[in-house]
Amino acid sequence: MCQVDEDDHHAQLETKAVLSVSQKCMKCKEGSAVLIIRVGDAFCGNCFREYFVHKFRAMLGKNRLIFPGEKVLLSVSGGPASSALLSQVQEGLRRETSKKLRFVPGIIYVDEGAACGQSLEERGEVKSQLESIFRASGFPFYIVHLEEVFNLPSSVLLCASSASDRRNESYKEAVDGFIQRASSGTQSETRQGSISYKEVQTLLSELSTQEWSGEGGTVTNRSPPFTPEQTEAVRTLLASVKTLTAREELLKTLRQHLILHTARVRGYSKVMMGDSCSRLAVKLLTNISLGRGAFLAMDTGFSDPRYGDIAIVRPMREYSSKEIAFYNRMFRVPSVFTSALDTKEPEKASIHRLTESFISKLQADFPSTVSTIYRTSEKLNTACPRPIADGELTEKCLLCLCALDTGAEEATAFRATLISENLSRNRMPDTIPALGVAKQQCCASGGEQKESCGDRVDGCHSVDRTSFTPELQTLLCYSCRLIIKDMTSVNSIPQYILSEAERRKRRAQMKEEIQDFLLNPENDAGEVTVS
Amino acid sequence: MPVVCSSCEKKNAVLKRPKTGLSLCKDCFFWAFEEEVHQTISSARLFTAGETVGIGASGGKDSTVLAHVMKVLNERYSYGLDLMLLSVDEGITGYRDDSLETVKRNQQQYDLPLKIVSYQELYGWTMDAIVKQVGLKNNCTFCGVFRRQALDRAAMMLKVDKICTGHNADDVAETVLMNFLRGDIARLRRCTAITTGSEGAIPRCKPLKYAYEKEIVLYAYFKKLDYFSTECVYSPNAYRGHARAFLKDLESIRPSAIVDIIHSGENLSVKEDVKMPVQGTCMRCGYISSQKLCKACVLLEGLNRGLPKLGIGKHHKLHHKLLAQEPLTEKEEKKLKAVDF
Repeated sequence: MCQVDEDDHHAQLETKAVLSVSQKCMKCKEGSAVLIIRVGDAFCGNCFREYFVHKFRAMLGKNRLIFPGEKVLLSVSGGPASSALLSQVQEGLRRETSKKLRFVPGIIYVDEGAACGQSLEERGEVKSQLESIFRASGFPFYIVHLEEVFNLPSSVLLCASSASDRRNESYKEAVDGFIQRASSGTQSETRQGSISYKEVQTLLSELSTQEWSGEGGTVTNRSPPFTPEQTEAVRTLLASVKTLTAREELLKTLRQHLILHTARVRGYSKVMMGDSCSRLAVKLLTNISLGRGAFLAMDTGFSDPRYGDIAIVRPMREYSSKEIAFYNRMFRVPSVFTSALDTKEPEKASIHRLTESFISKLQADFPSTVSTIYRTSEKLNTACPRPIADGELTEKCLLCLCALDTGAEEATAFRATLISENLSRNRMPDTIPALGVAKQQCCASGGEQKESCGDRVDGCHSVDRTSFTPELQTLLCYSCRLIIKDMTSVNSIPQYILSEAERRKRRAQMKEEIQDFLLNPENDAGEVTVS
Repeated sequence: MPVVCSSCEKKNAVLKRPKTGLSLCKDCFFWAFEEEVHQTISSARLFTAGETVGIGASGGKDSTVLAHVMKVLNERYSYGLDLMLLSVDEGITGYRDDSLETVKRNQQQYDLPLKIVSYQELYGWTMDAIVKQVGLKNNCTFCGVFRRQALDRAAMMLKVDKICTGHNADDVAETVLMNFLRGDIARLRRCTAITTGSEGAIPRCKPLKYAYEKEIVLYAYFKKLDYFSTECVYSPNAYRGHARAFLKDLESIRPSAIVDIIHSGENLSVKEDVKMPVQGTCMRCGYISSQKLCKACVLLEGLNRGLPKLGIGKHHKLHHKLLAQEPLTEKEEKKLKAVDF
């Protein structure tokens, strides 16, 4: 069968009880079961709720990453999993003193209507629905629009060092200290939420209030903080990507940058994402197909440390989407449907869609597929970063900020692709293509008409392609290269990315010039203070 | 208007390479294909001069192309290798006997020595007999395990230094996907290695590891190579079929997905504290094994006793019983019998 560590399957086959309507809950054995999760576990309503809540708290407690009093940003997309996340956090903060969750939450929602081609009215409607949910929670919330991607500073792409004082304090000491402070009476528990709320207010009053974000109880009727030109620019950017797969990846990257920037500016040190187990299994398989095998642990693990000062946390990663759906329905958790790039697309439109339908079909025949994939992912590590020859810290990819995996050593798949490229153009197998990628684009697409294309070996560029492309390639990891390869023009990429690329290139050139005179390995590659 | 080959820019292109999307003429394609295999061989240092190399030949397209390319490259770049063909007869009527004819033709065409071993003579069972006992679901396990040992035994009989098989990029990508779906961590690490095998066993390598299946077919078609192409009659129910269908769909969306998956597989790394199987030897036949008895011995034992499920799924506790020749309890026997529907 499909599983390696499967037990006596046939014994189960004979003794499997027929699921009946009047089955008892398997936990308390008293209440009548109202739902079945996994393969045959029947739960009554209360036991299920307990199970659900306990899982969330156990997840947070086991990993000991969230220190008491820390500011945590919840990224809510309106979908069922992130709405369940929000309700769990609300639930956790409501409990009595000893069992209360001890962090300070905020909410962020990224409005991607521009990418999906929605009109302003549609976006406004979704926004107001979400705003009412957010207001009911009482946490400060920020609504960020995709258009604001053009206002981001290039420091977003740098990995800042984490707050050093945290590391010295162990988790237990932090919790003990916090309890002591709380019980000593200087801060009452009930005012905990409002203190952070006031902090946020003061922070905001310092910043220029360009953002169309609603805080607490104020009604905002300002005009949206983006211009129609920016909306158009977003559309152009996404239209310049030829395949849906690359478009989705690019959107994901931009969204991450926006969330990261908001968290940094507002002083949050952790971001919680609502990825469920099923979603993560799909993401794992998709990432393997995209060439992100080196970063699987970071992309899907519980914590994602690649940004340095801000850690991405995924507390919902053990819930299957079935459990979340049942919970939302039974306990009336509000969620809003927002259409995404791949809504209503056919199955083979993008790799993400294909993987999702593949796993769903496989799950129907082999019910342990998702959990097996999940368990496999837990055993993975990120590949050790290969140090660059001169001892500097490994370079990070420009877009996804992971350590570069394009070492082009002997006998790797990456080297094989370079060789194939060269051989198809009658170059020596070992030359790294200088402008090779730029050429492939126009040759492959315009092959029929551009017969003379091959004559000018080095000068064949599409008109609007700048000399940035080959330089961008060397700054990217394997899978981000594939995204850029799919783009027809690099000009519509937001400026912050291009200027950061320029800066890195200049720095590399500088380094090359003084290469012979450097003695000790530099270690300032990754540390930047974010102002 | 005819498209010009993007490599030599003189002749008209006759095909479009699935791997790069560029159009090439026949000769440039041959050259590119062979050169890529040569680069794979030299950069991974697969062979050393003076070695005897056994080519696993099944008569299918991969092994036919492999035999041809190895012969060409051996002469062109003077590898200095002694090549020979090794073939395994599993005893599947209608499938294997036809492909064996192809292998014999190959032997004459390339003028290489050939050795055929059969399951019947090695184990006393043909695949047809096995399927009759096991049913249609788990038979690929038997065939695969037996074939690997058969190939090794044939290689030992011929005193071969290395074995090379015709696994192509699609095969490796499928294996990565399949191992991921089944949660087989131990195999995940090893499956993207271009050379497998350790001390005590004859190393086996995959020179065609980065060649797309479609390109292999294109090569064979234009070179007019003779091969036998039918699917094994027992394969439709295999789990690998799911991974293969998925891979084909991926390829249609993004042709480079195959190499991307291999790249992902090569860069996977497992946490240090994950338990890995330790390699030892089988107590009965001396073949390498991570358990007390190697898989082939366990499977054979199951077949001979009429307990075909022995070996499918984990039964470590039963291994010592088998070694000691103790009879199994009735409950255990019931579990191991084939399921009747």
